[in-house]
Amino acid sequence: MSEAAVKIKGLKKSFKDNEVLKSVDLEIRKGEIFALLGSNGAGKTTIVNILSTLMKPDGGSAEICGFDVIRNPEKVRRHISLTGQFAAVDGILTGRENIVLMAKLRGIKNSAEVADSLLERFSLTEAADKRAAIYSGGMTRRLDIAMSLVGNPDVIFLDEPTTGLDPEARIEVWKTVKELSKNGTTILLTTQYLEEAEQLAGRIAILHGGGIIASGTLGELKKLFPPAKKEYIEKQPTLEEIFLSIIGAKKEDDSL
Amino acid sequence: MKKTFILFGRLMKHILRSPDTILSAMVQPIGMMLMFVYVFGGAVKSSLPDGVNYVNYQLPGILVIAAAYNTSYTAFRMFSDKEKGIFNRFNSMPVNRFSALWAHVLVSVVSSIFTLLMVFAVALIMGFRSGAGIVEWLSVTGILVVMSLALTWLAVIPGLVARTIEGASFFMFPLIFLPMVSSAFAPTETMPKGLRIFAENQPVTPIVETIRALLSDGQAGSEIWLALAWLAGIMAVSWFFALLAYKHRV
Repeated sequence: MSEAAVKIKGLKKSFKDNEVLKSVDLEIRKGEIFALLGSNGAGKTTIVNILSTLMKPDGGSAEICGFDVIRNPEKVRRHISLTGQFAAVDGILTGRENIVLMAKLRGIKNSAEVADSLLERFSLTEAADKRAAIYSGGMTRRLDIAMSLVGNPDVIFLDEPTTGLDPEARIEVWKTVKELSKNGTTILLTTQYLEEAEQLAGRIAILHGGGIIASGTLGELKKLFPPAKKEYIEKQPTLEEIFLSIIGAKKEDDSL
Repeated sequence: MKKTFILFGRLMKHILRSPDTILSAMVQPIGMMLMFVYVFGGAVKSSLPDGVNYVNYQLPGILVIAAAYNTSYTAFRMFSDKEKGIFNRFNSMPVNRFSALWAHVLVSVVSSIFTLLMVFAVALIMGFRSGAGIVEWLSVTGILVVMSLALTWLAVIPGLVARTIEGASFFMFPLIFLPMVSSAFAPTETMPKGLRIFAENQPVTPIVETIRALLSDGQAGSEIWLALAWLAGIMAVSWFFALLAYKHRV
C-alpha cells in the first residue's frame, strides 16, 4: 500500500461547454490536512463530488486508499465521509437521532454508545435530544462533522465547512478540525478563505483555471513569491480581531 | 433492503413530527367533500338518476384529490432532502443509491393510504354507505394503492427537478383541477361539448367511475381496464422520468 490516501491523476470534468476541471493532479498523504483553495466556481466541489462517488469524471483517475472511485465505488464509500457545503443535518430529527441514523446506515451495532461518545466529544450532549433545526450555525456544523465521523472513516471531505458561519462559529469549527487530525484522519478541506487554509492545513493546493497552479506547505508557497521586502508599517487590528475582542469583552461582562 | 427501511423510518418520523403537513393534506380534500356534498350536492342531485346517494357519488373524486394533495408533500420532502445535501450524504455512504429514493416512495404511499382512510371515515359519518363485497373492496384498495404509487412517481419528478420549493409542489394543482373536469362531481352530459369530450377522455373519469361502480353495484365493466391502463401508463412514464431525474440531479 502506498502512503497516499487520495491520488488524483489528470482528472477532467465538463458541464456542457464549461470545462471546469481540465487536468487535475493531486496527492494527499495519510493523516494530513490538505486544503484545496480556490475562488467560487473553481471546481472544488466538483472534485469533492467525484471523490465521494457522487459524480463521474470525464477523464483521468482518482483513487482513495488504493480503490478506484469509478471501478470500486462501494469500497471507496466504506473509507470516506462527506461533509457537504450545506450542513446535511436532518432538522426534524434530534442531534442524537441524526448520529444514530448514520450508525445504523453504516451497520454499526452499538449505535447508542457511538452516539453518546460523539455527542460528548463535540459538546452536544446538552442539546442531544433537541431537534437539530433549532441548533445554531456552529452547533449544526459540529453535528454535521460528528455525523461524518461515525464509523471512523479514513478520509473526510470537508467542503467549505465554515462558509456562512459567523467568526465565533468559524473558530469553533477550526478547533474541531484540528482535533480530528490528531487522531490520524486524513482531511481534504476546500475553502475560499485564505486564512482558513493557513490556520488548518499542512499542505495547500491552489485550484485555478481548471488545474492545480501551485501546491505545497505554506512555507513552500511563500517561496514561490519574490523575497519579502522589509517595510515598517503600523500594525492595524483586522476587523475580525476587533469584533472578537469586543464580543469577548462583552462575554466577560455578561459573566460578571 | 434493510437500509431502505432505516431511511423509511426516518421519513415516517418526519410525518409524525410535523402533523401539520399530514393534517393539511387531509383537511383540504375533506373540506372540498363538505362543500360538494352540502353546498352543491342538492343542486347536482336533480341531474342524477333517482336514489343516487351524492356522498357516494362524489367520494371517488375526493379520493383522487386527496392522493394528489398527499404527493405534493412527497415532492416537498424530496426537494428539501436534495437541497440540504441529504441525498448526497446517504449516497456517499455504503448505502444502495436507490434506497433513499425508495424510502421516499414507500413513505408517500403509506401516508397516502392513511389520508384516504381518513377521507373514508369522514364520508361514513356524512352518510357514505356501500354494499360492496370483499372482492370489490380488495379491487378498490388495489386501485387506490396503484393510483397512490403512480402519483408518487409523478411527484418525484418536480421534487428533484424544481428550482424552488413552490415549484416543487405546484405540479399538483392541475391534478386537483382534473377531477373537477371529469364525471367525478357532476355527470358529463350537462357540460358544453368541447369540455365534455375532454372530460370523458381524461384519466380521472374511468378511475372515478370504476371506483364508484365497485363501491355501489360491483359492475365496473370494461371501465376498470381503461382505468388500470391509464394508471399503468402514468406510472411507467413517470417512473422512467423520475429515475432519469434521480440519476442526473442527485
